[in-house]
Amino acid sequence: MSAPVTTTVDVNGHACRVWTKGQGPKLGFLAGLGGLPRWLPFLDRLAETHQVIVPSLPGYPGATGHTELDSHLDWVLAVRQLIDKAGLAGADLVGASVGGAFAAEMAAIFPGHVRRLALIGPFGLFDGAEPAADPWAQRKEAVPGLMCADGEKWTELMAPPEGVNSLEWPIEMTRAAEAAARAFWPLGNTGLEKRLGLIAAPTLILWGERDAVLPPSYARKFAAGISGGINGKSRVEIVAGAGHLAYLDRPDAVAGAVLGHFG
Amino acid sequence: MKLMWFHLMPYTELPADFNQKHPSVWVDIHSSLFDPRRAHHMYNDFMDELEYAAELGYDAVCVNEHHSNGYGLMPSPNLIAASLARRTTDTALCVMGNSLALYNPPTRVAEEFAMIDCISGGRLIAGFPVGSPMDTCYAYGQNPSLLRERYLEAHDLVKKAWTEKDTFAFNGRFNQQRYVNIWPRPIQNEPHPPIWIPGGGSVETWRWCAEMDYVYCYLSYYGYKAGLATMQGFWNEMEKLGKDRNPYRAGFLQFVGVAESRQQALDLYTEPAEYFYGRCLHIDPRFATPPGYVTEATQRSGIQGMMQKAANVASPATKAALKATNMKDIVDGGYVLIGSPDDVVEQIRHVGTSLNVGHLMLLLQYGNMSKDTTKYNTRLFAEKVMPKVKDLFGDWEDKWWPKPMARSQRAAVPAFRPQTVAAE
Repeated sequence: MSAPVTTTVDVNGHACRVWTKGQGPKLGFLAGLGGLPRWLPFLDRLAETHQVIVPSLPGYPGATGHTELDSHLDWVLAVRQLIDKAGLAGADLVGASVGGAFAAEMAAIFPGHVRRLALIGPFGLFDGAEPAADPWAQRKEAVPGLMCADGEKWTELMAPPEGVNSLEWPIEMTRAAEAAARAFWPLGNTGLEKRLGLIAAPTLILWGERDAVLPPSYARKFAAGISGGINGKSRVEIVAGAGHLAYLDRPDAVAGAVLGHFG
Repeated sequence: MKLMWFHLMPYTELPADFNQKHPSVWVDIHSSLFDPRRAHHMYNDFMDELEYAAELGYDAVCVNEHHSNGYGLMPSPNLIAASLARRTTDTALCVMGNSLALYNPPTRVAEEFAMIDCISGGRLIAGFPVGSPMDTCYAYGQNPSLLRERYLEAHDLVKKAWTEKDTFAFNGRFNQQRYVNIWPRPIQNEPHPPIWIPGGGSVETWRWCAEMDYVYCYLSYYGYKAGLATMQGFWNEMEKLGKDRNPYRAGFLQFVGVAESRQQALDLYTEPAEYFYGRCLHIDPRFATPPGYVTEATQRSGIQGMMQKAANVASPATKAALKATNMKDIVDGGYVLIGSPDDVVEQIRHVGTSLNVGHLMLLLQYGNMSKDTTKYNTRLFAEKVMPKVKDLFGDWEDKWWPKPMARSQRAAVPAFRPQTVAAE
């Protein structure tokens, strides 16, 4: 696994890291809970055939500026700036978990910005009859199993790399959790349901079969919202053996499905 | 030294197997444990106790705000304070306090506190806590990442609402109001009722209190030994900022159990203390640290919040190591001061001087302590301890104490005469 190229772009006066790797058509990725403290095998698979561009959302590893964002509109506009400045306007876009909610917003509100869309267990909806788990009210030992079917995958993602500042690393990880909470507290419901029908891009909805945060049945709600809209075409695929962050549990299967959708 | 009588209003009938059968005393404590008919008696007992403390000459009676909490039955301390305003005469009313970010709009706090100040003839101490994670982020759904910013803005709004003479527009980041003009206005208007800030051990809070000239209160359940480092940190910071060591800049909470002898104190107070430190602080750790609640500066300083500490105590991993839920450890740790009146006098003087705290908030009721025992503890302390510690800090002026109307100018409140026998 070779390292990606690292650059930064400015969003509201704060630097946000952008990772780039591979050759081919552009493909953007907005990561899920925890963000990307490190490069992933999943991204390498995508980079075999695409130029993969991975901007960090404000507050997630490699980026600050979440404390400037008070409302959902602030967040959506920050993501739009990030997409523009990372050169992703008009490209194919993948979003997972919290990043999935923002990817869906981009496709709904700025249809020219997203060519084709892939969502992996996206946030944005809440159903009282099938409540999502609360990712911010968990005992420490319960978190890995909530995030991934194989909790070890989450533990590896969060583990401090060698030589890193051992005081700052946990603060950065907490900051990523705070950034997610800032945008999605308390239920993860951003009112996205009202906007799903505006999504015109062909959409693949992937969901981990064993997602312990958002019930896989939410996939149908997304599909219904998109398909009932102006021009929406969507398709649901359940990823066997995968949890909420399916791209950590089953990188090859998730990358394969995404690449299949993007052709 | 000011001696203030504090009530948490704990539900006194949590079952003996509460910790085994229930994950938390707070946030998701089960409704089946709450018997409103029993709570009728608890509330009335607690209010009797507060009124009794006022009669016995404590400088203040104190109430506070909690939500979805089995050891704190006051979602609205203002309701209790309003009643106390009518049933007490000279005692300060310390509402410790209203969690500003939970009120929408926050001018509600300015109004209700002004009402209490007017009804009581200017006896209000206005406490403004940020509020615990359990109360604010979980029970009340507030965003932990926005909580402090909202709190600070609400503070600015409330203070301006109290002091600005003309109707004004407030154009805040979170609150916009075209016409702010509260009626009633507080009696204490030079410039406003004393503001006290209960807080954890963050340097930012200390600096803010110094800048604003507010009283900083460390309301820990873990007593003076555990509180020493925090209060030393506070005083070091005051020195750095060029502030004097006036002990009335600070408040501190301390549990006390006084009896004729140390053994009698152990006999009387072991059960309620173990009930409190066992059942009442049985808090699920999952509600301790919502991301963003603790600032990054505080994370860097390595200071652990009191609730975080409580939750860690409640977690099976650390509980075995700390074991501070049995009376010996509770007393050895200084969580509860116990002994004969003379023992307690000595300990209170030590707490006051070592922490340099002029406002001592006493918990003389805790856990499932009965009304009789509470009144005994309260009376013995008032008669035999208070006179021997009141002189502490006599050289300092308490600039942060309420300034009520002269007694002769205040309304005469007729004695309460029940018309019928209370329903039993």
